[in-house]
Amino acid sequence: MTTANESRETGTFTVKRGLADMLRGGVIMDVVDAAQAKIAEDAGAVAVMALERVPADIRRDGGVARMSDPALIEGIQQTVTVPVMAKARIGHFAEAQVLQALGVDYVDESEVLTPADVAHHIDKWAFTVPFVCGATNLGEALRRISEGAAMIRSKGEAGTGDVVEAVGHLRSIVGDIRKITQADGAELFAWAKQLAAPIGLVKEIAETGKLPVPLFCAGGIATPADASLVMQLGAEAVFVGSGIFKSDDPARRARAIVEATTHFDDAEHVAKVSRGLGEAMRGRAAAELEGSERLADRGW
Amino acid sequence: MSEPTAIVGVLALQGDVREHEAAFGELGVPTRRVRRPEDLDGLSGVVFPGGESTTLSLLVDSSGLFDPLHKRIAEGLPVFGTCAGIILLARQVEGGRADQRSFGVLDCTVRRNGYGPQRFSFEGEVTPTGPELGGEDAAPLPAVFIRAPLVVAVGEGVDVLAREGRGTGGAPVVLRDGKVLGATFHPELTTDRRLHALFAQMVKSECRTALW
Repeated sequence: MTTANESRETGTFTVKRGLADMLRGGVIMDVVDAAQAKIAEDAGAVAVMALERVPADIRRDGGVARMSDPALIEGIQQTVTVPVMAKARIGHFAEAQVLQALGVDYVDESEVLTPADVAHHIDKWAFTVPFVCGATNLGEALRRISEGAAMIRSKGEAGTGDVVEAVGHLRSIVGDIRKITQADGAELFAWAKQLAAPIGLVKEIAETGKLPVPLFCAGGIATPADASLVMQLGAEAVFVGSGIFKSDDPARRARAIVEATTHFDDAEHVAKVSRGLGEAMRGRAAAELEGSERLADRGW
Repeated sequence: MSEPTAIVGVLALQGDVREHEAAFGELGVPTRRVRRPEDLDGLSGVVFPGGESTTLSLLVDSSGLFDPLHKRIAEGLPVFGTCAGIILLARQVEGGRADQRSFGVLDCTVRRNGYGPQRFSFEGEVTPTGPELGGEDAAPLPAVFIRAPLVVAVGEGVDVLAREGRGTGGAPVVLRDGKVLGATFHPELTTDRRLHALFAQMVKSECRTALW
C-alpha cells in the first residue's frame, strides 16, 4: 500500500501520549467479555479496559488477581473498533510483554491486580505499547512518568463506588501543581526532594502548570454527577470500572456518564441525563475498608 | 452578521481540542468551542479534532449538532478534519460501526485504524504534492499518525495535497475538495503550521469580515 515505512518511527513518547490526548473528554469502561464491550462501545466509550473480573468482584472473591486470559482480550478486540486496554500486575513486565504481543492499545500497570514486585514498577521505556499508571499524589505520578508512563490516572479506591478517594488524589495532584507554579528556583529543589521525583519534571511543571502527560480519573465513579465532579476538579477523562456493569441498567448509565463527561460544566445537561437511571452500584464506603483491603496503597 | 472578526469553531465534544486552539492561536486566528447548536452562530469555519470517531459521531448526534452542522457545511462553511475528523467528513468509511454517522462531504474512502493497533502508530513525514502546501519542492511536514485512518480511494475532483513518507509513492494523507480539508494525521501535535495556515486562508477568502 504505502512505500513510506522507512521514515516511520513507532513507540515514541509523542505517539504514546498522543493516544492519551485523543481519549481526552471521554469515558474508558471496564468490561469482562465481548457482550459488555459491545454495550460500552454502543454507549460511546472512547476505549474499553478488558479484565477478567471488575474490581468489585476482585474485592469480593479475594485470591490473586492476574492479567486476563489472552482469549478473552482477543474476543473483545474482535468485537469493538475503539482502543482496547488491559491490565498487568505492578512490576510484572512479562505480562506487559504478552499484552503488547496481543496488540493491546494501552497497558494499565494496575494496583487493582495483585502486585508482582514490591519494590519496582515496570520499565515502561522498554515498550512500544503505551502505559497508564495510577497515582495518589504528584510524587507518585512523576515517578511513574519518569519510568515511561504516558498517561496518569488517580487510583481512587477501585470497586467501592465511593468517589471520595479519587477526589482526594485529584485535589492532591492538581493542588501541588498549582503550588509548584508559584515556587521560586530554590523551592523547586525542595519540592523534588519532598515528592521524591526528578527535578527535571518538577521544573517542567513549574513552567507549564500541567502534568507532562494527560491526567485521567479512576476509582469509585458511579454516577453522571461523579463524572462531572472529577472533570471540574481537573481530570481530563474518566475511567469507570464496576460503576456501570454493577448497576441496574448498564447501557443507560454508561451513556449518561459519557454525556456528563462531555458536558461536565453544563449542570442542566447533567441533570437531564441523570434522570431515572435506576439503582447505582450499591458499593462500599471507602472509609470502612480494612487496611489490607485498600488497593490505593499498592505502588511505590 | 455583526461579528467583528472571523471565528473558527472547534468541535469540543471529545479529543485534542486544546491543541487545535493553540495552533490557531499562534496564527492569530480566534477560536470558539462548539458543544451546542447555538455555538455555531456567526462561525466562519469549523474544525473536527482528533478523538474517537465512534464517540464523536454519537455525541454530534446527541448534542443536536448533526443537522445544523450538515446544513452549514452544505451552504459552504469551510471545514477541516484531522484523523477522527477526516472520518467524520468522508463519504465512505470502512471498518466503522454500521450506525456511525459521517457528513459525507469529502469524496473518499477511509479505512479506520488502517495502519493497525497502537503499537503501529508512528511519527514520520509527509510530502507535499499540491501547490497549496508549496508543491513537491517544499520541505516535508513532520506528522504524527495515531491509530490513523488510511485513505484507500479518492474521488474525482478531490485534490491530494500530501502523501505519506518521502517521495510521492505513499498513501494520500491530506485531501481537499473546495472548502473541505482533511488530514489523516495530527498537524495540531507538531509545530509545523502549514495546514492550519492553509485552512485559515480558506476561511479568510470566504469571509469579508476577517480582520486577523
